[in-house]
Amino acid sequence: MTPDDLLNAIAIFVLAILVGFEVISKVPATLHTPLMSGANSIHGIVMVGAMLIAAAADNPFSYGLAFIAMVFGAANVVGGYVVTDRMLQMFRKREPKP
Amino acid sequence: MSQDMIDALVFLAWLVGAAAFVLGLHQMNSPATARRGNQLSAAGMTLAVIATFLWLLSRPGGLSVTAIAIIVGGFVIGGGLGLWMARRVAMTAMPQLVSLFNAVGGGAAALVAIDDYVHIVGTPELVVATAIFVVLGAVIGSVTFSGSLIASGKLQGLVPGQPITFPGSRLVTALTALAAAAGLVVLVLPAGGLLALTPEIQLAVLGLIVVAALIFGITLVLPIGGADMPVVISLLNSFTGTAAAMAGFVVGNPVLIIAGALVGASGAILTKLMADAMNRSILNIMVGGFGTGDSGGPAGPGGAGGDVRAIGIDDAAIQLAYAQKVIIVPGYGLAVAQAQHACRELADLLEARGVEVSYAIHPVAGRMPGHMNVLLAEANVPYPQLKEMDEVNPEFDRTDVALVVGANDVTNPAARSNPQSPIYGMPILDVDHARSIIVIKRSMRPGYAGIDNELYMDSKTGMLFADAREGLRQLVAAVKLV
Repeated sequence: MTPDDLLNAIAIFVLAILVGFEVISKVPATLHTPLMSGANSIHGIVMVGAMLIAAAADNPFSYGLAFIAMVFGAANVVGGYVVTDRMLQMFRKREPKP
Repeated sequence: MSQDMIDALVFLAWLVGAAAFVLGLHQMNSPATARRGNQLSAAGMTLAVIATFLWLLSRPGGLSVTAIAIIVGGFVIGGGLGLWMARRVAMTAMPQLVSLFNAVGGGAAALVAIDDYVHIVGTPELVVATAIFVVLGAVIGSVTFSGSLIASGKLQGLVPGQPITFPGSRLVTALTALAAAAGLVVLVLPAGGLLALTPEIQLAVLGLIVVAALIFGITLVLPIGGADMPVVISLLNSFTGTAAAMAGFVVGNPVLIIAGALVGASGAILTKLMADAMNRSILNIMVGGFGTGDSGGPAGPGGAGGDVRAIGIDDAAIQLAYAQKVIIVPGYGLAVAQAQHACRELADLLEARGVEVSYAIHPVAGRMPGHMNVLLAEANVPYPQLKEMDEVNPEFDRTDVALVVGANDVTNPAARSNPQSPIYGMPILDVDHARSIIVIKRSMRPGYAGIDNELYMDSKTGMLFADAREGLRQLVAAVKLV
């Protein structure tokens, strides 16, 4: 990582933090649980990092770590989105009773 | 297509993915668009993952067969497990599953940082900044891994929900934190060329740091009571986001940095909102010790030791059937007994008789904020009948019967009246303002906070000792006969 790359990355990091602070400022309590679960799925993006280290790995130890990271990351992503969707499915609008 | 162009396209795909996360999270602020928001976020994730895979394949040299096997095999196994658990989990057990997914996410972030370090240690690629990010990623990821597992275990009942402390536990927490900080310094020095250490020693130091961080995560969460777990899980969720961002710095990937920082920041705000809903500070929660039951001062007038009045099914049914306005106060007991369907049946029956029925939802009813809404929605309770605390509290004064099903601490008037009570100051539902109160409860066992509930000693309160589902079923049968 060159100093320029590093500064760019830090700039992105800081701006993304500011976006994160703004993006969920006024949420009804009802949605706190699904929102937590939805944010939880998003950090499953670390699976992309697992793919990158799997590609760079060149010894059994590294392969082992990369494999566990892949399994963990994939469980986080797939499970996270599916369980969040299950929660949100229940918020669909219903016909009022006659 | 030239490699430069492919690189640029992949970068753009990552950017689109990151934008989808931001927009998706934003849409999750409102019930009407929440599901679409989550799907948008999932689409962004799919795009980012596929683009990464194709990019890795397209690069000169491509992917080794082993690497492909690891990526595809790991995805199938991990994704399959995640899918299976997410599909079969009961809605009541959701909070611990979210915590479990959070744990593995943190673990993955730590492993990515560690594996990258294994790769570059001893080479000129290892610069000071990278060493710092590796240690931060490994430490934060490990803390959330072990901490979230403990939190999940507490909610599942595998680890006792009461605060657990042992002599010197604070000391262990402090020492492990110091050890990790010292390890950071030790690893930064050789990266800066200020200290000569062999790669083996540097790896061993990183290993020690990880062990210290894992212990820290355990001793951090053990002393915190089960009632505070939602806030803890949310905080650890925010940590995992930060760990993912650190891993992003290590591997030099912008989408990891953006998504990680996004979750880190939004998770922190969400944690604050949840703590506010319980009228507690995050610091106060993390210090732990809440919910032991031994810090509760003397109960107020008519408090502990007062008489409770048991009420029979038929009496309760008559009170409900001839009421004009009934408010149902559901709590975790209803969820555990899977009584939401029986509850709705009773409400329908009462409504058919012309009784006005609504549900009072405390922000932290259940085990996580919003948990109860999800459970009742599952039972097809019409959304407009669910009323939030601020909206419903003034209505208790003109309510004939408040039917409390498996809720406890959130109805305890001590939160308003007794400054000695550990829950003093917590916003509660003003159930005691109703003309009469029926509490369905299996026994007089205290709730999550471990304290007695003065409401049960109130002369207006009738206790209906039964399992929530069984009690509601009997009530339904009895109301039909009235």
